[in-house]
Amino acid sequence: MVTIADYGKYETAWCPGCGNFGILGAMKAALAAAGLAPHQVLFVSGIGQAAKAPHYLNANVFNGLHGRALPAATGAKLANPALKVIVESGDGCTYGEGGNHFLAAVRRNIGLTVVVHDNQVYGLTKGQASPTSDAGFVTKAQPEGVHAEPFNPVETAVALKANFVARGFAGMPEHLAALIGQALAAPGFALVDVLQPCVSFNKINTYAWYRQRVRELPAGHDPTDWTAALAAAARWGDEIPVGVIWRGSRPAYEEHVPALAAGPLVGREMDRERLAAIIEHLR
Amino acid sequence: MRELVDTRTVLIGGEAGQGLVTVGQLLSQALVRAGWRICVTQTYHSRVRGGHNTWAIRFGAGEIGAPAETIDLLVALDQESIALHRGELAAGALLIADEGLDPQGTAGLRVPFAKLAAARQANVAALGVAGTLLGLLEELLAAGVEEMFGKKAPDAAAENRRALAEACRWTAEAGASFALPERPAAGGASRAMVNGNEALALGALSAGLRFYAFYPMTPSTSVSLTVAAHAAALGVVAEQAEDEIAAVNMAIGASFAGAPAMVATSGGGFALMVEGVSLAAMTETPLVVVVAQRPGPATGLPTRTEQADLEFVLHAGHGEFPRALLAPGNPEECFLLARKALFLAEMSQGPIFILTDQFLADSYRAVEPFEVRALPAVRAGHEGDVAAPYRRYAFVEGGVSPRLLPGRTQHLVVADSDEHTEDGHITEDLAVRDRMVAKRLAKLDVLRWEVLPPRLEGAAEGALLLVAWGSAGAAAAEAAAELRARGVAAATLHFTQLWPLDPQQFLATLRAAGRVIFVEGNATGQFERLVRRETGFEATGHVRRCDGLPITPAYVLRALAAQGMA
Ligand SMILES: Cc1ncc(C[n+]2csc(CCOP(=O)(O)OP(=O)(O)O)c2C)c(N)n1
Ligand code: SF4
Repeated sequence: MVTIADYGKYETAWCPGCGNFGILGAMKAALAAAGLAPHQVLFVSGIGQAAKAPHYLNANVFNGLHGRALPAATGAKLANPALKVIVESGDGCTYGEGGNHFLAAVRRNIGLTVVVHDNQVYGLTKGQASPTSDAGFVTKAQPEGVHAEPFNPVETAVALKANFVARGFAGMPEHLAALIGQALAAPGFALVDVLQPCVSFNKINTYAWYRQRVRELPAGHDPTDWTAALAAAARWGDEIPVGVIWRGSRPAYEEHVPALAAGPLVGREMDRERLAAIIEHLR
Repeated sequence: MRELVDTRTVLIGGEAGQGLVTVGQLLSQALVRAGWRICVTQTYHSRVRGGHNTWAIRFGAGEIGAPAETIDLLVALDQESIALHRGELAAGALLIADEGLDPQGTAGLRVPFAKLAAARQANVAALGVAGTLLGLLEELLAAGVEEMFGKKAPDAAAENRRALAEACRWTAEAGASFALPERPAAGGASRAMVNGNEALALGALSAGLRFYAFYPMTPSTSVSLTVAAHAAALGVVAEQAEDEIAAVNMAIGASFAGAPAMVATSGGGFALMVEGVSLAAMTETPLVVVVAQRPGPATGLPTRTEQADLEFVLHAGHGEFPRALLAPGNPEECFLLARKALFLAEMSQGPIFILTDQFLADSYRAVEPFEVRALPAVRAGHEGDVAAPYRRYAFVEGGVSPRLLPGRTQHLVVADSDEHTEDGHITEDLAVRDRMVAKRLAKLDVLRWEVLPPRLEGAAEGALLLVAWGSAGAAAAEAAAELRARGVAAATLHFTQLWPLDPQQFLATLRAAGRVIFVEGNATGQFERLVRRETGFEATGHVRRCDGLPITPAYVLRALAAQGMA
């Protein structure tokens, strides 16, 4: 049996009180509940405070480049679909630097569980605006306040029909663990966007700010009703719904790749006879 | 030593969309099947319809690695082809053109294409006329037509075969003759026709390539299309990524997970991949990167050729790390060096580069079919026992730590783009940093053991020595052969590995030569400068080309003459 303890306990480089701790705890709980042993799991992350999360638990880890976790994870998943590949990174990494990869990964519906620490700010580079910062958010880099319309990753993922889209809150770790658990079980691309208070650089979207607004989706919400899901995903402001917003049923990308029908690429022998026949054909 | 080969050149000219590539391919294939050696040069514009495109086949009985500058048989599919190439015709050259076109005083066959075939099959009729003149049997040409159209469209195949038959009959009756070069010896008819990019893809596949990611960019695209065409049959994933940044990161992710991986691109796309090159180096992940050169900067001349990305690739990536640069000069070398690149990437656990260029990428040749049944393939990762706890970046003699694959054992594999500890975790311990830099650089020795020596043709002592790399090698070698035939002592030194260099392999040769001329397809002498940097050797002079066309033997000879060198 896999337990939370199997995932270890590490010292972190995070600020005390940061929302990242809630997400880390929820992640370990979800992995243990799913019965996944550390060696079966590969974490892929980018760069940022959030992207360090995989270093703070026991698992395989590929900590790559800023914004590039999704393509690296896509390659790893295609090489070995038997791995449970989890991407964990920040909002700047995933939606800013990696915005194009985010759109492409959702459209591919590649079988990844993507958990984004969405603190609406760049933490590691000390407090610049991120794509999800609310309009008017003032930082040293945006002294007149953010002018751009905030990116709504949940709405975008639902619009593009990612297979599983949820929003969680780092201040509700048990609820979040359950969401991650469902994401791990979903085939195809699964996004859990997590509201994560940054106690050092985001003095607007604090625990209290989120607590006042975060509401669990009503029991009647039907995550397979796309129009309702879009409406729930778009809601932001006085009330921010958390929970499973959308569930699709597209087959995962890796199921569509002919080379993978015979199992993972890793460890496979080259078929020399077939290659010889291809070369023979060039005569 | 290279002999001069008696050759002829057929140039087919026309607009994109006129079926010129079809004629070119079928004619080239028929020549190969008849036992000839070929060297195809393609020129095309960065547009899908219209423009002036050419497919030139230089053929003869011996090995040919460079284009000629004169044309012996001009197949003009439009008036522009006559106007543009009239001046390049050799003495006694023939023109094949529709009777409706103005031959502008050139001798040749005025063909009533409208009577022989419907407009749609005019290109196949042209194939029939040209093929008959070149002494190719109708059955041979018809077999090619059948293979090309037969499966896809049986009706079209029948119509095309009729057009071909009409054209062959008409040509035989027209009684024109074409003086063929010295005939090939028997036995060459079993050769295969491949271009540089196809050979490169096949070499990589034969070495166990499992994952390939790309974003299309001329002239690398045919590497991608070749891998994609065979991916399902060979159990390879070929993924069109959203951009080059994604392509290189996907390849690194796949390689980390255990699938030998490669990407191919051209200069602009490679510029986007550069951060990924550093990532492969820092995470010690095997990666093969093919850079098919075309003239830059920026979008440059998208469909032309150049050898100007050597310094870019040599220095691409921030920080310091080992790498190797391979530069094949012909399709056989494309095959072999693609294989070598995959092995080197795995052995050194890092990025390895292959520099090719548009000329070589698109140049079809007749090659002995690659015998792949007995060739070994790369095995990703370490298979023996490793010490527990496993440390991905364990400090070991030589710097090559055991590479386990995630999920394949109970051990956990942790890799990081940040500076890291032996067990892969982020560190800011500067003493560890120092040791990790040394560990990564130590892997250069793995590459140094394997450096391919440059190939010397001719006797260097006191001679005029032409030094070339990659696809320019054959033009230089042919120019040297021509000089020798004129009584000038000349030799060629051809490099297919540009980095690391081992001066012991060539410095004595350079010093022994009378004069040393670097021949390369760029404006600033990048390889000449690299050799000087590494050895202090000063060349006598150089021949450089950067107008977008491949270096030819005649170009080299003209440039030498202009400098009073020969
Ligand atoms: C190519 C590149 N550009 C910029 C950076 C610097 N950088 C590191 S983390 C970061 C932002 C991280 O923000 P986010 O993803 O929101 O994570 P957080 O630190 O807030 O958890 C930036 C810009 C980098 N490492 N690489
Ligand atoms: S900077 Fe913000 S996000 Fe980063 S650890 Fe500190 S509180 Fe958390």
